[in-house]
Amino acid sequence: MTVELGHIALIVALCLACIQAVVPMVGSFSGYTHWMRVGHSMAVGQFVFVALSFACLTAAFIQDDFSVAYVANNSNTLLPLQFKISAVWGAHEGSLLLWALILSGWSTAVALCSGKLPLILSARVLSVLGAISVGFALFLLLTSNPFDRILPIPPLEGGDLNPLLQDFGLIVHPPMLYMGYVGFSVPFAFAIAALIGGQFDSAWARWSRPWINVAWVFLTIGISLGSWWAYYELGWGGWWFWDPVENASFMPWLAGTALMHSIAATEKRGVFRSWTLLLAILTFSLSLLGTFLVRSGILTSVHAFASDPERGIFILIFLGIVVGGSLLLFALRGPTMRSATTYSGWSRETMLLINNVFLVSSMAMILIGTLYPLLADVLDMGKISVGPPYFNIFFVPLMSGLMICLGFAGFTRWKNTEGRALLHKGVIPSIVSLVMAFALPMFMVDKLSWSNYSLTAVATLLLVLWVVTMSLEDLWLKSRGKLSSLRGLSGSYWGMLVAHMGLAVCALGVGLSTAYDAQKDLRMVPGDKTELGGYQFQFVGVERVEGPNFIAYRGNVEVKSGGELIVRLSPEKRNYTSGGQVMTEADIDGQLHRDLYVSLGEPLGNQAWAIRFQVKPFVRCIWLGGLLIGLGGLLAALDKRYRRRRLRKGADESSGGLVFE
Amino acid sequence: MRLRWSMGLAVALFTSVLFGSENLVEFSDESLRSRYQTLITELRCPKCQNQNLADSNAPISKDLREEIQRMLEQKMSDREIKYHLTSRYSEFILYRPDVNKTTYLLWGSPFAIFLIGLLAALRLNRRNKIDVGSLDKTVIDQESRIAELLKSGEDDK
Amino acid sequence: MKVVGGLFLNRLALFLPLALFAALTIVLLLGLDKDPSELPSALVGEPFPSFSLPALHDADRTLDERDIIGEVVLVNIWATWCFACRIEHAMLNQLAEQGVKVIGLNYKDNREAAIAWLKERGDPYAFSVFDEQGRLGIDLGVYGAPETYLLDATGTIRHRRVGVVDDRVWNNEFRDLYAQLMAVQR
Repeated sequence: MTVELGHIALIVALCLACIQAVVPMVGSFSGYTHWMRVGHSMAVGQFVFVALSFACLTAAFIQDDFSVAYVANNSNTLLPLQFKISAVWGAHEGSLLLWALILSGWSTAVALCSGKLPLILSARVLSVLGAISVGFALFLLLTSNPFDRILPIPPLEGGDLNPLLQDFGLIVHPPMLYMGYVGFSVPFAFAIAALIGGQFDSAWARWSRPWINVAWVFLTIGISLGSWWAYYELGWGGWWFWDPVENASFMPWLAGTALMHSIAATEKRGVFRSWTLLLAILTFSLSLLGTFLVRSGILTSVHAFASDPERGIFILIFLGIVVGGSLLLFALRGPTMRSATTYSGWSRETMLLINNVFLVSSMAMILIGTLYPLLADVLDMGKISVGPPYFNIFFVPLMSGLMICLGFAGFTRWKNTEGRALLHKGVIPSIVSLVMAFALPMFMVDKLSWSNYSLTAVATLLLVLWVVTMSLEDLWLKSRGKLSSLRGLSGSYWGMLVAHMGLAVCALGVGLSTAYDAQKDLRMVPGDKTELGGYQFQFVGVERVEGPNFIAYRGNVEVKSGGELIVRLSPEKRNYTSGGQVMTEADIDGQLHRDLYVSLGEPLGNQAWAIRFQVKPFVRCIWLGGLLIGLGGLLAALDKRYRRRRLRKGADESSGGLVFE
Repeated sequence: MRLRWSMGLAVALFTSVLFGSENLVEFSDESLRSRYQTLITELRCPKCQNQNLADSNAPISKDLREEIQRMLEQKMSDREIKYHLTSRYSEFILYRPDVNKTTYLLWGSPFAIFLIGLLAALRLNRRNKIDVGSLDKTVIDQESRIAELLKSGEDDK
Repeated sequence: MKVVGGLFLNRLALFLPLALFAALTIVLLLGLDKDPSELPSALVGEPFPSFSLPALHDADRTLDERDIIGEVVLVNIWATWCFACRIEHAMLNQLAEQGVKVIGLNYKDNREAAIAWLKERGDPYAFSVFDEQGRLGIDLGVYGAPETYLLDATGTIRHRRVGVVDDRVWNNEFRDLYAQLMAVQR
C-alpha cells in the first residue's frame, strides 16, 4: 500500500504544482493579492507531498519490496542498509524523484524567505518554479514512474545495486550535486520574473544574489565530491575524465561562476543587465541540458543512466519549452537601454567582464567538445571521439589566463582604477612568484637533472604563487597592517579571498600531481618488492575475505620509507555474489603532500598478481581546494547585508522592503 | 671472461630474486615506455563506455595495448601507429581528433569564441565611456534613487 | 535616427541566443535517432586483409586470404564465450541451408571447445579459421563477437554488422546487397 500511496502523493504534488504555476502568475497581472499568495502555500504543499512520495519509495527499498520494478532492479536483500537507502537515487527514476524533491525544497525555501520581497515578484518566481515542477512531475508519472509494479509474480531477489555505487560517494555526491543543479532554477525564476515585469533595477540583482551563491556552493562541493569519489573508487587513480556526464555538471558551474561575478557588477553599478539575465537563464538551461544528455542515451558515458529514446524526446520537448520560452522572452523583453553608468578601462567592471570572457569561453569550448561527436554523426561526417587531450589543450591556457587576471581582482575599484598603480601592485608578487616557481622544483626531486626538472611544476607554482601573493598583498593593504581591522572586512570580501585561494590550492594539486605523478604496473609474487617515488613497497600476499554481499581477494602491501614501515595497504578484488560483477577497490594512504595508491590487477597464476602502484604528490589539494572554493561562496552568502533585519528606521518604509530577509 | 660472465649472471639472478617484480609490460628500450603511456591514454577502447586503452579491462583493450607495444618495438613512429589503428578502427579511437576538414570547426571555434568575447568586451568598454546621448532619463532617476537607498548596506564589494 | 538604429541592432542581438538554441535543439533531435556506440567499419570498400592462420578443424592446414576471396561470402566472427553467438547461430544455419556461403572466424577461443560447440549446434561454415591470438580480428577492426562481414567476389568488404544477424537485420542490411553481388558474380 505504501507504494500506491507514494504514487498518489506524486499525482497530488503534480496538481499542486499546476496550481502553483498558473494562479500566482495570473494574480500578478490582475492584482488579486490572495491569488498571488497561493503560490507560497502551494510550494510548501507540493514539498510535503513529494517528500511523502520519496519516503514511500525509500520505505519500499528498506522493506525489500521487490514487487516494485525499480527496487527489484537496484537493490538486493544482502545490500547493507545505508546503500539500500541511497539506492533510491541510484538509477534514473529514483534520481528524478530526488530532483523533484529538491526542486520543491528550493521552492519552499523561496516561499518562506521572500517575506520582504514585493508580492508580485515572489508570486511570479514561485509560478516559474511551479511550471518547472510540473514538467518534472509529468516526466516522472508519464515515462519514469519509480512506483511501477512487477505483476503478477514479483521476484524473490533483486538484481542488486551496481557495485561501483555501493559506496559512501553515492550517499553524498548526488544530493549535493542536485542541490546545486536544481538550485540554479531559483535565479532562473528571478530572471524570468524580472523579464515579465520589465524591472531590471539593481534590486533584482540584490535579491537573486544569495540564491545564486548558495546554489553555487552546493554545486562546487558536489563536483568536488564526484571527482574524489571517482578517484578512490574506479581504481585507476584518475580524478577527471572530461566524460560527457562530468562536463554536464561542470558547464553549469562555469556559467554559475560567471553569473556570480557578473551580478556583482549589476547589483553595485547597474551594468551588464542583459548579460546577467542571460547568464541566469543560461546556467539553469545548462542544468537541464545536462539532464537531457545524461538520460537520453545520446552520448556514451560510464556515468550515463540506462537510456530510452522516449524519455529523450520528453526532456527535449521540456527543454525546448523552458529554455526556448525563456530565451524568446529575453529576446522580446530584455533591456536594450544601456545603463547610465560609465566606467573606464582598468575598472572592476572591466575585470569582471574579462573574468566572464574566460569562464564563458571555457564553458562554450566544453559544450562544443562534448557535442561535436554528435554533430559529426548527424551531419554524416563519421564517428569521431573528443576526449581529454582536446579539453586539456584549451582548458589549461584559459584557466591560466583567468588566474593571471584574478591576481588583480582585489585591487580593482569600481568605475576606475589607475592602470599604472594596478601594475605596480603586481611587481613584488611577480618577482617572488618567479623566483620561487623556478627554485622550488629543484627541491622536489631526489636527484635533480634536466629531465626531472618539471616545467609543468614551474608553470603551476608561478600561477599559484601569483594568486596567493597578490591576494595576501591585497589583504595586507585593506587591513592596513592591523589585525584588528580584519573584523571590519565584510563576508563578501572574505568569501572572495577564500574562494580565490581555494582555486590556487586546487590548481596546485592539479599541476603538481600531473607533473610528479609516478606509476608502475608490475607482476609480483608474495615477497616481491619495488621502489617508487622514494617509497619501498613490498607485496606480502593475498588472502580471501568475505564481505556482506561479496567475496574478495585482499592484497597486503607494506610501504616503507627509509626502512621504516609507514602503512599497510589492502587493495581488494571483489566478486559480488548477486550480479557476478568484479570490482577493483584500491587502497590509498592519503596525506596532503602525497597519496600512495595501490590497486590489484588480474591474478596471473602461480600466486602472481598484476599490481599497480602510484605515488601522487599533492593530489589531495585538488579536493581541498574545491572545498575552500565552496567555503568562500558560503562566507559570501552569509554576508551581513543579506541578514540585516532593519535599515535606519525611516528607510524601511521608503525602500519598500528592499532588504532581503 | 667466463668468470666475469657467470658473476654477471649471478648478480642478475640474485637481484631478481631480491626484488622479483617485473614490469607487466616489458620494453627492450625503456624510453619507449613514456610513448606507450601517452598512446594508451590518447586512444579509445572501441567497445567500452568512453574509456581509454589504459584504464579499460576489456579484452580488445588488452589486445590493442599489446599491438601498440609490438608496433613500438618495431620502431614505428607515433603517427604510423595511429594510422595503423585508425585504418582498422576508424577515427573513433582517437581521443585527440586529427585536424582535417571534418574538425576545423572543432579546433577553431574555441579560439574564435574567445577572441569574439574579448573584442565584444573591449567594445562594450569603449562605448560605455563615450555614449552619453542614448541615456534614458527615467532609468537615471531610478538608478540614483536606488543607489541612495542602498547606501546603508554599501561596502566595497 | 542613429539611436533608433542602435536600439534595433541591440534588440536583434538579443535574439542570437534563441537562434543558437534552436540550432542546438535540431541537432539534438536528429541525434536521438543515432546510436553513439555503433562504430562504422573502416574497412568498407577495402580488400579483406591478408593473413596466415590454421583451420579450426584441421590444425595442420594453413589458411590464407586466397581461401576466402573468389566468391560472395559472409565472414562471421564467433566464439564459444560469446552468448549472443548462440542466438545468431540458428540464423546462420538457415542461411547456409539457403545456399549462402558462410565462413567462420573463431576468435580468441579454445580449439576443442569450439569444435564441440559446432558439433552440438550445427556447422553452417564452409570452414572456420582459428584466430587464437585475435591478430586477424585486429586487422579487421573487430572489437567483439558476433560480427559479420559481407565480401564480394573480388574480396572487397562491402558491409559489416556488429551484433546478432537475425531476420530483420538480414532483410534490412544484407539481403539486397547480397542479391546484387551474386548477380554480378554470375
